Amino acid sequence: MELRQRYEEDLYLVRGALGWTALLALIALLALLPVLAPGYFLYTASLIAAHIVIAVGLNLLVGYTGQISLGHAGFVAVGAYAAGILAARLHLPWPAAMAGGGLVAALFGFLVGIPALRLTGPYLTIATLGFGIAVNQVLTNWEALSGGRSGLFLPKLAIAGTRLRDHHIYYLFAAIAAAGVWVAFNLVRSHIGRAFVAIRDSDIAAEVTGVNLTIYKTLAFAVSAFYAGLGGAMLAYLLGFLEPQMFTLFESVYYLSMIVVGGLGTIPGSVLGAALLTILPQQLAGLKQFLPLVYGATIVFVMAVEPWGLYGRWLRIKLWFKTWPF
Amino acid sequence: MLDPAPLPDDVAALPSAPLLSVQDVSIAFGGIVALDDVSLQVPTGALISVIGPNGAGKTTLFNCITGLYRPDRGRIVFAGRSLAAAKPDRIARLGIARTFQNVELFLRMTTLENLLLGRHLHFRSGLLAAALGLPRWRREEVTHRARAEQILDFLDLQEARDRRVGDLPLGRQRLVELGRALATGPKLLLLDEPSSGMTAEEKADLVFRIKDIREEMEITVILVEHDLKLVMGISDWIAVLDHGVKIAQGNAAEVQANPEVIRAYLGEPDGTNG
Repeated sequence: MELRQRYEEDLYLVRGALGWTALLALIALLALLPVLAPGYFLYTASLIAAHIVIAVGLNLLVGYTGQISLGHAGFVAVGAYAAGILAARLHLPWPAAMAGGGLVAALFGFLVGIPALRLTGPYLTIATLGFGIAVNQVLTNWEALSGGRSGLFLPKLAIAGTRLRDHHIYYLFAAIAAAGVWVAFNLVRSHIGRAFVAIRDSDIAAEVTGVNLTIYKTLAFAVSAFYAGLGGAMLAYLLGFLEPQMFTLFESVYYLSMIVVGGLGTIPGSVLGAALLTILPQQLAGLKQFLPLVYGATIVFVMAVEPWGLYGRWLRIKLWFKTWPF
Repeated sequence: MLDPAPLPDDVAALPSAPLLSVQDVSIAFGGIVALDDVSLQVPTGALISVIGPNGAGKTTLFNCITGLYRPDRGRIVFAGRSLAAAKPDRIARLGIARTFQNVELFLRMTTLENLLLGRHLHFRSGLLAAALGLPRWRREEVTHRARAEQILDFLDLQEARDRRVGDLPLGRQRLVELGRALATGPKLLLLDEPSSGMTAEEKADLVFRIKDIREEMEITVILVEHDLKLVMGISDWIAVLDHGVKIAQGNAAEVQANPEVIRAYLGEPDGTNG
């Protein structure tokens, strides 16, 4: 084990030769994916990238801050539709539309965070559930805004007039997801991430230690919703088409299963969970009607067997090898 | 908030004003009077103790001072400011830190992270600086880590540095909580039964540490304790609460001789309690 000699070294996200090797290998693998993997997998990979952004954001709220959201599909929908409307109706370029999707969702997150100051546990869960349903209803019925059930079509992604092809979109989305993951890592090792965890572990202690609950709870909701909105905007561009039934309670549970399976309160867990639960339904395409059952059973199984999720299991395996043969 | 006693408003502005002034504070919970017109003047640099049997209102008094409870009547003035409408995090910023009787730690964080939470209120960099890991935030983080490490050394917690506090024994957890309170850089420290759950050896260490906190860090201390021996040795003076009423105040000898205190704290003076 290498010894650290300066406090600065405690802040490094990647440590040692092994850490850097693993990171570079991962980057190389992701860069070569269009060559290595069959063409249709690029679409799946882009979808995974969007889901990673959503899952990381949800984990910041649920896993780190301890505020359960059962209405996250609502934030995803707000971001997707905001981006869609900005792009299709106001003809903004895609970077602006995507950023707009994230920011509008963040505003909604801030607003939903305000009742969270008074509600805890199941009451908060129900409030967020209500938010998700409300968004879905508004989008379904306010056809002038959303296009209703006939849907909303987005322009294709393009740079300087040239349409992006599948592997371009994959690189773009992978870069956005990587940036999102990097920012999340930065946040959770900072005083802001510590304040989130403090609220989760003991809000009374957090308060008397000087953490302003009003600011940090609404901030957690806003940041989480920004991620959801950005992910929603990515989904919108990837699919090219939006309709309200893409964002229901089922999707909220789907996003929640990602972070539970991957590992609550861990960033790598969010990534693992998002990837696994994007690939899994595609492999089970024949069993589509049973998917909710599969997700439900998976959550129960993971909670019973490994509450820290896949990433927690990985850490245990690593620890076992580190301390072997003791 | 009503202010029943006609106290001079400028009392806090006087040069000899106490650091903390609790004035006729009362609070009731559904008919049970937890504090009844309690007053306490704590001068800067003092180390005083509040004792009393279970349910006497000691912790309630701390909860009122730190803003977790809002008194029904009376006022609390700290360093010239009224704490009447202040939220707990604001009060922490003003310079009051505390520990809890039933240790309130961030159990899934390491010892170091708990202490860093204590530094939280000194961070100036915002969301963007932290999210992007800007040098500005980095410098701040390193400074605060250095301070947290000093406190780890002071409390002899280095071996627990990277352990999750949920895995530590209770005596150590109390020290971590004390460390977190110290990390906020308080002017006034409220310790709620810091020695309970500690071994005799840990208690002896604690006495020295409390003395150091007062003398070297120049922090004013209010101690709520059950262990009378510990209290008698180190306090400037002692206030005794019983059923929400302050029944006595004075040095160790005076309090021990007070018949009210003997009755309330040790039982009826029939000789069996020595």
